[in-house]
Amino acid sequence: MALLEIQDLHASVDGHEILKGLNLTVNAGEVHSIMGPNGSGKSTLAQVLARREAYQVTGGSVLFDGKDLLEMSPEEAACEGVFMAFQYPVEIPGVSNAYFLRSAMNAVKKYRGQDELDAMDFLPLYKEKMRLLEMDEKFTNRSVNEGFSGGEKKRNEILQLAMLEPKLAILDETDSGLDIDALRIVAQGVNAMRSKDRGFLVITHYQRLLDYIKTDFVHVLVDGKIALSGGPELALELEEKGYAWTEAGEQVQPA
Amino acid sequence: MTQETKSDRLAGYLEAYGHLHAERKNREPVWMQQLREDAWQRFSANGFPTTHDEDWRFTNLAPLAKTAFRRAKKSEAGFLAKEIEGFRMPGAACELVFVNGHFAPEISDIAALPNGQSAGIEWCALKRAVDGGLEASAPEGIEQHLGRYADVRRDVFAALNTALWEDGAYLRIRRGSALEHPIHLLYVTAGAGNAIMTHPRTLVVAEEHSQAAVVEDYVSIGEEPGFSNAVTELVAGEGTVVSHFLVERENLAAFNVSTLRIELARAANVASHSILTGGSLVRNNVHPVLAGPGAECLINGLFIGAGHQHMDNYMLVEHAQPNGASRQFYNGILSGHARGVFHGRIVVHKDAQKTDAKQTNRNLLLSDTARIDTKPQLEIHADDVKCTHGATIGQIEEEQLFYLRSRGFPEAEARNLLLYAFAAECLDRVKEPAARTFVEELIRQRLRELLLAKSEQAGPLPSEEEVQAWEEVG
Repeated sequence: MALLEIQDLHASVDGHEILKGLNLTVNAGEVHSIMGPNGSGKSTLAQVLARREAYQVTGGSVLFDGKDLLEMSPEEAACEGVFMAFQYPVEIPGVSNAYFLRSAMNAVKKYRGQDELDAMDFLPLYKEKMRLLEMDEKFTNRSVNEGFSGGEKKRNEILQLAMLEPKLAILDETDSGLDIDALRIVAQGVNAMRSKDRGFLVITHYQRLLDYIKTDFVHVLVDGKIALSGGPELALELEEKGYAWTEAGEQVQPA
Repeated sequence: MTQETKSDRLAGYLEAYGHLHAERKNREPVWMQQLREDAWQRFSANGFPTTHDEDWRFTNLAPLAKTAFRRAKKSEAGFLAKEIEGFRMPGAACELVFVNGHFAPEISDIAALPNGQSAGIEWCALKRAVDGGLEASAPEGIEQHLGRYADVRRDVFAALNTALWEDGAYLRIRRGSALEHPIHLLYVTAGAGNAIMTHPRTLVVAEEHSQAAVVEDYVSIGEEPGFSNAVTELVAGEGTVVSHFLVERENLAAFNVSTLRIELARAANVASHSILTGGSLVRNNVHPVLAGPGAECLINGLFIGAGHQHMDNYMLVEHAQPNGASRQFYNGILSGHARGVFHGRIVVHKDAQKTDAKQTNRNLLLSDTARIDTKPQLEIHADDVKCTHGATIGQIEEEQLFYLRSRGFPEAEARNLLLYAFAAECLDRVKEPAARTFVEELIRQRLRELLLAKSEQAGPLPSEEEVQAWEEVG
C-alpha cells in the first residue's frame, strides 16, 4: 500500500481553482520533489495535505496510509503522521520552543495511546537534535520563532520534523531565502531523517536544494497538474531550460 | 441632572461624612481635618462625573451613583479567619488585613514584624499613624506626605476617599533597606447582606535607595455589591526600586475605583502592575509623576473581563524632569459582553527634555459582543523627546492556530495556549518571584473560568500540562 495516494485532486482558494486534477503516489522510503513555476499550485498542494481549512477540496481523493486524509482535521493529520515544514514559520510569542515541542509530541502520543514524555525524557532528545541542526541551546527557552532569523526559523522547522518523526514530511519551499550554509544544515537534517518507513515531499522552486537532498523522483507541476515526472536528472534539465520548456507542452510519461 | 436628584444621590455620602466627622474631630490632628473638609467640598460640589466628562467618556457611573452604599460599623473580624485563608499570599513578608475598611490585626499575619518595626520597615495602620499626631507620637513622614500627591481638585474619587477614608496602611521603607519579600495588603469587603462602601487609603514612603514590593489586593466575601474607592500614594525617593501591585479580584457585583499616585524622585525606578480580574465596574487610575531627573517607570497591566464586566484603565504619566523613561504595557482579554477601556495619557512638561515614553495596549476580543475603547493622548511641551504609542485589537490569530494544530494540538487546546501566552506577556515584566507566582496563579484561575464559561465553543479546560507553560515561558 502506498503511503500517499492522490487521485484527481481539485482544490480552490477563495473560489479560484488552483489544483486541477493532480495525481501523485508516494511510497514509504521515497523522496519526491515537486517543482514548478510560481502559481502552479505547489504550496496549495502542501496546504491541502496539511488540512488547512481555507483550501477547499472540490474533487478527487487523498489516501494517507490507507485512510481518507481529506476527512481529517489538521491535528488529526498531524497525529496520523503528516508533517509540513512551513514556508513562512509562524511566531508564537509567550510559548517557549521546548514547551511547544514537548506538548506537540505529547499530543501525538496521546492520540496514539502512547505514554507521554516528561521533561527528563524530552530534553536530552531535544538537545541531540539541536546539535544536529547546529542550533544554539538558547533557543530552548525562547518563544517559538520569535525574533528568529529566516534561517533559524527554517532550522526550527526541521528540528520539529526530527522530533515528531512523521510518516510523511512535506517541505514547503524550505530552501527559499536560505544562504548556502543554512541550506546545507537543513539538508543534513532532512537526510538524517530519511528512512525506509518515511516518505518525503520536497516542494521547491529551485534545483539548488536537490544538490543536497538526494531525490528519487522529480515532478513538475504546471497549472495545477503534474505535467512531467522523471528522475533526479529532470531537475537538472529544468535548471538548464527553465519552466517555459515544460509549458511548451513536451510531455513525458509519469515515472 | 437637577440639583435635587444630585444631592439625593450624594445623601448617603453626606451622612457618612457627618458621622465620620463627629467621630474623628477630637482624635485627628487639624491638618487632617482640613484635608477632609477641603476634599469633601470638592466632592459635594462636583458629584460623580458623567460621560460628558472627557476622562469618563467610556464609563457610565450611573449604576454606581444609583446604588445606596453605607459605611461598615467596625466589626469583629475574627470570624472571617477561615474565609481569609484562601486569599493569603504565599511568600509574603507580612499581611495586613482590612475588613470593610477597618484594620483587622487579629487576622493579619504580622509575626515577622511584631512591633510595627523591623530593620528595614516601619508599618502602622494609617488611622493610628495619623491619630498619633495628636500625641506627638506619629511616625515620621505622615503629615509631610499624606494627601500631598492625590489630586482632589481633578479627581472626585480621590476627593471622596480623602474625605471618607477610615483606615489603610502606612509603610515606610527605611533609607537603604532592601525588603526581600513583598508586603501584602488585603482589603476585604464582607457585605453580609449590606452594600458596603470603603475608602481604603494607603501611603507608602520609600526612602532613598530602598527597595520593596507592595501588593494591594481587593477581595470580597459574599456576593453583595460593594464599593471600594481606594487611593494610594507611593512616594519613591531618590534611587529607590519599588514595585506596586494592584490586584482587583472582588465579586462580579463590586464597584472598584482605585487611584495610584506615584511620585518619583531622581533616578527612582518604580513598576506598577495592575491585574484586574474581578468587579462589575472597575476604574483603575495610575498616575506617576516623574518628578526627579532620570526616573524610570514601568506601567504594566492585564485586565480580563467576561460577562458584563466593565474595566476602565486610565493612565496619566507625567514627565516633569529630564531624562525620564516610562513604559506602559497593557493587555486586555475580553469575552462575552465585557467592555474594556484603555486611556493612555502622556504629558511631557517643558523641562522634561530627553524623555523617552512608550505606550502599548494590546487587546484580545474573544466574542463579537466584547468591546474595547483605546485612546492614546500625548501632550508634549518639550522639544527633544521620544514618545511612541501603539494599540492593537484582535482575535486569536488564525495563522498561529493553524500552526499549532498542524503540530498536533487539538483546536481548543491551541486556543487556550495562545490565550495564556497573551496573558503571560504581562507576567514576563514582573521580576519578584513570590509576587509573580501569586498573580500568575490568579490569572490562570481566571482564564480557566473564562474558558469554562465558553466551553461550548472552546472545548475542554486547560490541562495540568498547560499549566507547565508558565514555567517554561520565556
